[in-house]
Amino acid sequence: MSYEEIKSQAISEWGALQQSKKPRIFVGTATCGRAAGAMATLEALKKELAAARIDAVIMQVGCIGFCYAEPLVDIIKPGRPRISYGSITPQLAAQLVKDYLINDNPRPDLAIGTIGDGEIPGIPKLAETPLMKGQVRLATRNCGFIDPTDIKHYIANSGYGGFTKALKMTPEAVIDEIKKSGLRGRGGAGFPTGQKWEFCRRSAGKEKYLICNADEGDPGAFMNRSQLESDPHSVLEGMLIGAYAIGTTQGFIYCRAEYPLAIEHLEIAIKQMRDAGLLGKNILGSNFSFDIEIREGAGAFVCGEETALMVSIEGKRGMPRSRPPFPAVSGLWGKPSNINNVGTWADVSTIMQNSGEWYSKYGSEKSKGTKTFSLAGKVVRTGLIEVPMGIPLKNIIYEIGGGISSGKNFKAVLTGGPSGGCLPANLMDLPVDYENLAQAGSIVGSGGMLVADESTCMVDMARFFLSFCQSESCGKCVPCRVGTRQMLTILERITKGKGTPEDIPTLEKLATLLKSTSLCALGQTAPNPTLTTLRYFRSEFEAHINEKRCPSLACKELTNYYILPDKCEGCQICFRNCPVQAISGGKRMIHIIDQSKCTKCNTCFSVCPERFSAVVKVSGQKIEVPAEPIPVPERPKAVKAA
Amino acid sequence: MDEKLKQSLAAFRGQRGATIPALQKAQEILGYLPEEAISEVASLLGMSTNEVYGVATFYSQFRFERPGDHQIKCCLGTACYVQGSSRILEAVEDELKLPRDRFTTDDYKFSVERVACLGSCALAPVMVIDESVYGRMTPAKAREILNKI
Repeated sequence: MSYEEIKSQAISEWGALQQSKKPRIFVGTATCGRAAGAMATLEALKKELAAARIDAVIMQVGCIGFCYAEPLVDIIKPGRPRISYGSITPQLAAQLVKDYLINDNPRPDLAIGTIGDGEIPGIPKLAETPLMKGQVRLATRNCGFIDPTDIKHYIANSGYGGFTKALKMTPEAVIDEIKKSGLRGRGGAGFPTGQKWEFCRRSAGKEKYLICNADEGDPGAFMNRSQLESDPHSVLEGMLIGAYAIGTTQGFIYCRAEYPLAIEHLEIAIKQMRDAGLLGKNILGSNFSFDIEIREGAGAFVCGEETALMVSIEGKRGMPRSRPPFPAVSGLWGKPSNINNVGTWADVSTIMQNSGEWYSKYGSEKSKGTKTFSLAGKVVRTGLIEVPMGIPLKNIIYEIGGGISSGKNFKAVLTGGPSGGCLPANLMDLPVDYENLAQAGSIVGSGGMLVADESTCMVDMARFFLSFCQSESCGKCVPCRVGTRQMLTILERITKGKGTPEDIPTLEKLATLLKSTSLCALGQTAPNPTLTTLRYFRSEFEAHINEKRCPSLACKELTNYYILPDKCEGCQICFRNCPVQAISGGKRMIHIIDQSKCTKCNTCFSVCPERFSAVVKVSGQKIEVPAEPIPVPERPKAVKAA
Repeated sequence: MDEKLKQSLAAFRGQRGATIPALQKAQEILGYLPEEAISEVASLLGMSTNEVYGVATFYSQFRFERPGDHQIKCCLGTACYVQGSSRILEAVEDELKLPRDRFTTDDYKFSVERVACLGSCALAPVMVIDESVYGRMTPAKAREILNKI
């Protein structure tokens, strides 16, 4: 079938679906959904619908972004708005079929919100909930609404309209449109995309390459995974537009092997593109030819760096090189190449489907548009969000995120992964964009946002990120190879109570060295978490070094567990559960932990009944306990308050 | 082993930059990369075994020892770490009585790997066994799941 025929069929099928008299049920089966049990929920739905002889349309969709409430099930009953339900176990799925589809009880207790026209008593409109109110879902508009394995769904929703528009323009005009939008690279560096394309277009030579960086190595970031699993065509259309504008004939998607579902959806999508005449020679009857190959990463964080990524595609060890020459001049196999992140490509198709000027109305003065963020950690509503650049940090954490999940105090938000920094409580009003975060000592990075509460030790987090960079260092340049090792050794000593006052100035000196002399951004940014935690949480470092105390009670060597003699009732639960038999004590005897055997696994703390709360975790202090178990003394019974 | 491997790898002959995809295919078929696989890839792509080893050992995806029947991946990425995933790993290693510095149990039933990030951060802590992803793990849940396999 020709593209036009497919498009016309797609639009009429989608239209018919919207008017369907059958109930429509959407189940989120992206990786996060599956991790929460979505496939079992899907099976339960199918079983219950069959048993009730209800003819419904069931669609497996991608990630709408409410990861905290997975498994997610959305239901449209004809004539009613769509209802989004959260935390739907197989049992609750069966209940929904009976209660809502048969007995017309929409179960407000299970609902998150409604989407579309109409009201359902007791259920708020999703767009008005704190979760969605601040979000502007442009790149992610299809995620959770279309079947990612069906190109017709994408096409029916303005899909590839950006590309067909671009084909009618000159390549230079397309580049201009991207420049007008103000789009900056979403991989982390934030370089103006239009300009980058122009460099590559202007480079001499006919053989040029287009690359999509889908390596997403930052721990804590899953924006790209979500986009590729839920709406792969949004990225592929962006690549088509870029290839046309720059003048490349071959594209590569370098996707990390840890994302098998994303790769599967990409493979399906690319095949459907070929069948529709959107890939190959003379696309849609034009002079433009382009094809895409998928290359899987092999577990090297450094291959997210552009020069390492390209050399990895060439089949070598993923070691970066110095620039200039930049990829736009000499990249893959020495030819001019343009590499952009998954998020950037998705934004490109969004922009071309509308206009550069339209996109530039969102965001802040120097950071235009919207950005996806992976909100995770100690926040109530973890998930994939898309917000306008410049949104105040507190809106993300407290409104969209719903505040701190543990009930403890907020401590910091870690942005930009292992290359980034932390933003403490007094920066809550900071607008989140490239310039502001850089000034505060952090970076937007690829979009990982991790919320830490008072139980997170910032010294330990600095050590954690550095340990990651150190093990992922390619080893080519001395500053990074040796420097990260030295910084890590110092941080490890500090977390183990063996720090000295000279350690802090040494860390700062090493940090400056790495930042200014490392070959690539891995080494250059590896000191960032250490530098920002020193900037905002110096007192924690000083406590570890001078007092051998971890204020957050996180560093194992500096914390001890004790059973309080005046609270222990000798119930023996901790004794039975200790995996290393470090607790002694019989029935109705005060139990004692042998500090030399204790592995600080936290089991006794978590199993001690709440009404006793006899186990405490302390740092920098010693609790007096009997030398051996003694009988629990008679204690006056607690007097109940009148 | 030889024939199936040779046939699957033959497709890579003449392809540019095929080293990593060829090694990935070999590992997919064999479960790991024994010496024979490295030699096969080397001769196919006109490289020395030395060069191929140089590439293979750079990437953490490649295994050079026979793995267990079940692959366990414990995520120690940021979001999982902050939610206590190192305790999950400890529980898994303890439950399987994994010898120190070994990745595979003596009976070759399980292999345990620590990974940096699986991308399901909102459901931290995360553990993957073969194709199944388990979210919101606790040490107790991890032990329970292991005992069911």
